[in-house]
Amino acid sequence: MADLIGLNKVKPGQTATVVSIKGRSSINKRIADMGVIPGTAIKVNRVAPLGDPIEIIIRGYHLSLRKKEAANIIVELDVK
Amino acid sequence: MKKITVAIAGNPNSGKTTVFNALTGMRHHVGNYPGVTVEKKEGACKHEDYEITFVDLPGTYSLTAYSIEEIVARNFIVDEHPDVVVDIVDSSNLERNLYLAVQLMEMNVPLVLAFNMSDLAKSKGMSFDIEQLSQLLEAAIVPMTANKKEGINELLQAVVKTAEAPKKQRTHTIQYGKEIEEELEKIQNTLDSEHDLVTKYGSRWLALKLLEHDKEIWEKGHNKEVLHAVKNSTEHLKIVFDDDPQIMIADRRYGFISGACQESVKHTVETRHDWSDKIDTVMINRVLGIPIFVILMYLLFQLTFFLGQWPMEWMERFFGWLSVNVAALWPAGSESALKSLIVDGIIGGVGGVIVFLPNILLLFLAIAFLEDSGYMARAAFIMDRIMHKIGLHGKSFMPMLIGLGCSVPAIMATRILENRRNRLTTIMIIPLVSCGARLPIYMLIIPAFFANTVLLKFGFLKITMHAFMLWIIYMIGILLAIICARILRSTVFQGETTPFVMELPPYRMPTLKGVVIHMWDRGWMYLKKAGTIILAISIILWAAASYPKVDPKNLEGLSESQIQTEKLRNSIIGGIGHAIEPIIKPIGFDYKIGTALIGALAAKEVFVAQLGIVYSLGESEGTSKALRKKLKADYSPLQGFCIMLFCLISAPCMATIAMTKRETGSWGWAIFQLLGLTTLAYVVTFFAYRIGLLMSV
Repeated sequence: MADLIGLNKVKPGQTATVVSIKGRSSINKRIADMGVIPGTAIKVNRVAPLGDPIEIIIRGYHLSLRKKEAANIIVELDVK
Repeated sequence: MKKITVAIAGNPNSGKTTVFNALTGMRHHVGNYPGVTVEKKEGACKHEDYEITFVDLPGTYSLTAYSIEEIVARNFIVDEHPDVVVDIVDSSNLERNLYLAVQLMEMNVPLVLAFNMSDLAKSKGMSFDIEQLSQLLEAAIVPMTANKKEGINELLQAVVKTAEAPKKQRTHTIQYGKEIEEELEKIQNTLDSEHDLVTKYGSRWLALKLLEHDKEIWEKGHNKEVLHAVKNSTEHLKIVFDDDPQIMIADRRYGFISGACQESVKHTVETRHDWSDKIDTVMINRVLGIPIFVILMYLLFQLTFFLGQWPMEWMERFFGWLSVNVAALWPAGSESALKSLIVDGIIGGVGGVIVFLPNILLLFLAIAFLEDSGYMARAAFIMDRIMHKIGLHGKSFMPMLIGLGCSVPAIMATRILENRRNRLTTIMIIPLVSCGARLPIYMLIIPAFFANTVLLKFGFLKITMHAFMLWIIYMIGILLAIICARILRSTVFQGETTPFVMELPPYRMPTLKGVVIHMWDRGWMYLKKAGTIILAISIILWAAASYPKVDPKNLEGLSESQIQTEKLRNSIIGGIGHAIEPIIKPIGFDYKIGTALIGALAAKEVFVAQLGIVYSLGESEGTSKALRKKLKADYSPLQGFCIMLFCLISAPCMATIAMTKRETGSWGWAIFQLLGLTTLAYVVTFFAYRIGLLMSV
């Protein structure tokens, strides 16, 4: 099994699968409502011009979140 | 004629507004949901034998208690019992859009799903087995493309059919899996003691919301027994899943959706040409993103200034013509008070403000275009790093941008901010973002003191002195807003910032109708302000400027302009203006400006009207040109600049203060804003004027 890392560590262009969500619950709820739940495939699409937030593609749509929140989303990098 | 009430729900960016506009046309009414300040749009249409009323619910992704919008949408459905709920679904982004639909199903409402943007879904290679999906979700499904007006009639038919169908309990409920279902049952069993809540919400829904730790439902005053059961269940589930139960609940809902989609949605072609993403590789490019953003903002002003000048001139000519013709109804040289009231007070005052309507409409047009095209979200994405640094949220940028139009809707727009401290800070600094009503002041002052030389030229693109000065003023406002936000966030509004979880919707070509309706709603607000509050203030100010009358004996032997000066000095307003002169002298202002500033306290644009009255313009020459000439004769360019600076920063208008009071729920914050900004204006203008004098600008 590959290493588990925070979504903030995933580089643009890489894809990963959500394993779990850690941290404060009200944010978790929001993130989960937007479809970021364990087992979902995520692609990190790009980073904002100033380095934060990041843009991800999930369930066919584009979502942006700060690196701080992304760090709470634990993912497993897809093996090429 | 039978009546049906329909609530329109849907995700933000699902084309909800387009559907609403297509259904109701221009016949809609904008108001507020009772008790809260969320905008409520209502409209009606006739279909066959039915009169259908549509209520546009706020756009939400979910129906939890995450934001005021979600609570409002949910409560409307529970309390008002609409006959049908239409959920507008972006069918090209089906899974996430169905998440809201699933929650509506759980509320057991008669549901119609409008699969909007079906042209886009088709071009993405998606095809739906509507019949099967309709069975699985137990709702009528209508494919439509609202911006091409396709499917509107079919939607109306489905609405009528659903309203007429006997109401029945749903047979499919979303199953949350053995562990969660067991806990739900345990909670439901304790709920027998809460009869009223159960009749209102249903016990399964209530148990589910309690397990989701829904703040609003949680605070309904539950029995100890219930709370105890919820606590036990939560802890039990945490151990079982090693995750919050609320995440598992979301997980199961998405699981249900995936199951339904797997059976009935086909991706026939694997097309990967995502146009929107291609556009974004340029628009939010790491290198180009910021320059493009700055240029777009600059174009916004150039457009307002450049395209607005012709209609503005026509309107000025019209009001000039009107006052000459109205004055001609009286014999020449008449001293009639009524003539003076109509010509100087009303036409001069209100007309002087209405001529800026073209500029304001253009500004709102541009903002509506940015909003509807999807660029607004990119702006938040680009700006979040900076906004986060000053303790705000990228989303705070949107209300601030709307603040360019008017502080009032901007303050209302801060509702998209979930965190109260963030919201209060944003409300406090919004007036520093120069609003459309201040534009008339700059447009009067800038041409009066600065020649419109071409500063830079690239082909047919040129940067002129007037646009540059305007840009400088706006930039000063934004800079001050940043500094103030930083200070407020580290003193009065200390605390953690909210997370940034925001959709970047696909770019869309805004529809003409959508943009026009948007522009018209805002423009109408401005006109209403001109027709009511500004009319009233113009009359009061005219009276204050005309009374008490000077004894004619004292005016003998004086020239026309001396008479006017004498009359003004003797009036109430002249008295106040003179009284505050010692206070405003250090910042380069005299009693005339002081007098106009009193008007600007009530509404920023009144400053211009007031100056017109102070200079006794408005009869035959009531145009800005004459006023500019007089200003140029009386003041230096430095003073002109200081006038703009003070008007930019100082006390916001009465409508803004009233809105701050309403949105913060306290007069305290409104007064804090009023006094704080006026003090800041004084200090900044003082230093600008003094330094300017030293440098002999």
